[in-house]
Amino acid sequence: MKSLADLQAIRAKTLENINMRKDDNAARVVIGMATCGIAAGARPVMLAFMEEIKKRNLQHVTVSQTGCIGMCRYEPMLDVILPGQEKVTYIHVKPEMVPRIVSEHIVNGHPVEEYTIGAAKD
Amino acid sequence: MELYRSHVLVCGGTGCSSSGSAKLIERFEEQLQEKGLDKEVKVVRTGCFGLCEAGPVVIVYPEGTFYSRVKVEDVDEIVSEHLLKGRKVQHLVYVDHKTHESSVQKSLNEIGFYKQQHRVALRNCGVIDPENIDEYIAFDGYQALAKALTEMTPEQVIQEVLDSGLRGRGGAGFPTGKKWQFARASKAEHKYFVCNADEGDPGAFMDRSLLEGDPHAIIEAMAIGGYAIGADEGWVYVRAEYPIAVKRLQKAIDQAREYGLLGEHIFGTDFNFDIHIRLGAGAFVCGEETALMASIEGKRGEPRPKPPFPAVKGLFESPTNINNVETLGNIAQIILKGADWFKSIGTPASTGTKVFALGGKINNTGLVEIPMGTPLRTIIEDIGGGIPNGKKFKAVQTGGPSGGCIPASLLDIPVEYDTLTSVGAMMGSGGMIVMDEDNCMVDIARFFLDFTVDESCGKCTPCRVGTRRMLEILQRITEGKGEEGDIEKLQTLAENIKNSALCGLGQTAPNPVLSTIKFFRDEYEAHIREKRCPAHHCQALLSYTITDKCKGCTACARKCPVNCISGEVKKQHVIDQSKCIKCGTCMATCKFGAIIKN
Repeated sequence: MKSLADLQAIRAKTLENINMRKDDNAARVVIGMATCGIAAGARPVMLAFMEEIKKRNLQHVTVSQTGCIGMCRYEPMLDVILPGQEKVTYIHVKPEMVPRIVSEHIVNGHPVEEYTIGAAKD
Repeated sequence: MELYRSHVLVCGGTGCSSSGSAKLIERFEEQLQEKGLDKEVKVVRTGCFGLCEAGPVVIVYPEGTFYSRVKVEDVDEIVSEHLLKGRKVQHLVYVDHKTHESSVQKSLNEIGFYKQQHRVALRNCGVIDPENIDEYIAFDGYQALAKALTEMTPEQVIQEVLDSGLRGRGGAGFPTGKKWQFARASKAEHKYFVCNADEGDPGAFMDRSLLEGDPHAIIEAMAIGGYAIGADEGWVYVRAEYPIAVKRLQKAIDQAREYGLLGEHIFGTDFNFDIHIRLGAGAFVCGEETALMASIEGKRGEPRPKPPFPAVKGLFESPTNINNVETLGNIAQIILKGADWFKSIGTPASTGTKVFALGGKINNTGLVEIPMGTPLRTIIEDIGGGIPNGKKFKAVQTGGPSGGCIPASLLDIPVEYDTLTSVGAMMGSGGMIVMDEDNCMVDIARFFLDFTVDESCGKCTPCRVGTRRMLEILQRITEGKGEEGDIEKLQTLAENIKNSALCGLGQTAPNPVLSTIKFFRDEYEAHIREKRCPAHHCQALLSYTITDKCKGCTACARKCPVNCISGEVKKQHVIDQSKCIKCGTCMATCKFGAIIKN
């Protein structure tokens, strides 16, 4: 290491991996992973989120799990909570939908209306 | 480096390691692999979280769930419930002693134990993996060194430390910036920067925890200090009884060398600095700076008179600066955030924070860091969670064998260097031993003096002979052979030793005796005049008697090891006091509470 820039590079690289341990305002993706969620395919969805976050090198997003949200027929379900905003609940999420949720909602702040619980037809 | 969605932090401090945290880590790794989660969940061994009482401690992020007293059998449940299904394992979650609230819905910082703490020196302990330099760098590590080397002159670095008001955390509280100034002012080709990690006070373990939990912070601070005073070589003197600390420190030094953060031309400048470790054999006197330097040089660990001070003539006859581990733990933060930030914590005469090792009769045994000026009561009652088993608080010993006892009546004094000294105690390195009504203060004084007599190096007469005479008097008092005038004799001896001993060890050794006489003179008098120990602690002064509650079941008589209890079946028994060895077996055996001790 010969310069401050080298130090900053290591810092940036490691930070994305450990910033969940800092108390900051991260965007949170909370995935319902009770038996019903897992059975409906929540795990591939969660993995897709992690893949997407890694690909885009997003620093302030955490992915966590929760238990049964109570509307098992809508599973896989998940909440996206941006700092200071109401949570947005997505239903029947499939891995292919994840890139759009990440790019439109988490990065640009516009929820993907057609995937949310408000758009449910039944 | 892979991206993980969850981090499982397992405490790898000495406390939790001895209660089996290494096995937990193994089991976590096995289980994660079995469940196919090993690419998603990372297990990290960290330094001490501070709440050793609740160990082994496990924290799961991003939720920040705080699991306490985790056993190997519990790991499977945490993995299958929490990590796989996202359901917290409620019965393992830490419950606050005082409020009985479980921490399920709360973040760590809101638990009573952590709420009033302010972590500066311990900021990374329990947060980062101490064996991974990248994690330290991610938490602003080595930024301060870069700033000092590339943007500041050595004088500016010293000025910043001076302005911060940082005082030595080893006990005496000498301003760190001043020390650096003296060392800088000495002209020599070679200078040394030494870190004193010879933590010897019974019950103190903050330096160990810092070295175990954040070794790079010490390396960075030593490099900054080396730059400030013009040293190119650093030594860490650490006791061999701290194997985990030694191992992690060595690993950290190796990593820093590999990254070029130690060695030649650090950050492309002309500054060269490297660090060596010297293991101490655990002699208490080697915490004294001149004895410490003698020990590093390979000589017998004995102090020498000052002056010349180490800043003029120290290690290998060269100008040397010596700082304590915790002092160094603050340096990088001061350089990064500035003196004004540091001064904003604490009180004007005692800036910043202080780490204390809470031990003795207290619910939350562990490591706490509080802003200077926090009342003692807050530390004991709020952070420490009070005294266990509904007992009453009696006194707290600060500063270990060099400090003094602070009684309940002074519990509202703020914790600062000068206030503690004014009540006859001292800040010391940060051991805080809490005592309840069952502790005999004469015996406590005897215990600490016994320690210093053992550890006295024997070079000067006041310490070698004087402390032994004091110990003999105390021993006599606790055995019920005290005489009128003993208290005065102790006081005279204490004053003479304080005035004439060669080094800090002897000069402070009488403190526990003086402060217990000051605040608990009545206990001394009860021992001497009435041959009675008010706390029912001193064995020789106890007597066991059988009251009329006795049913004559003969259980005690059968258990008594010296057969001194006699009596007929179904009639009240009697203890023969001349034969009784006061072992207490009879009292423990009696089912009717008929035996009392006085």
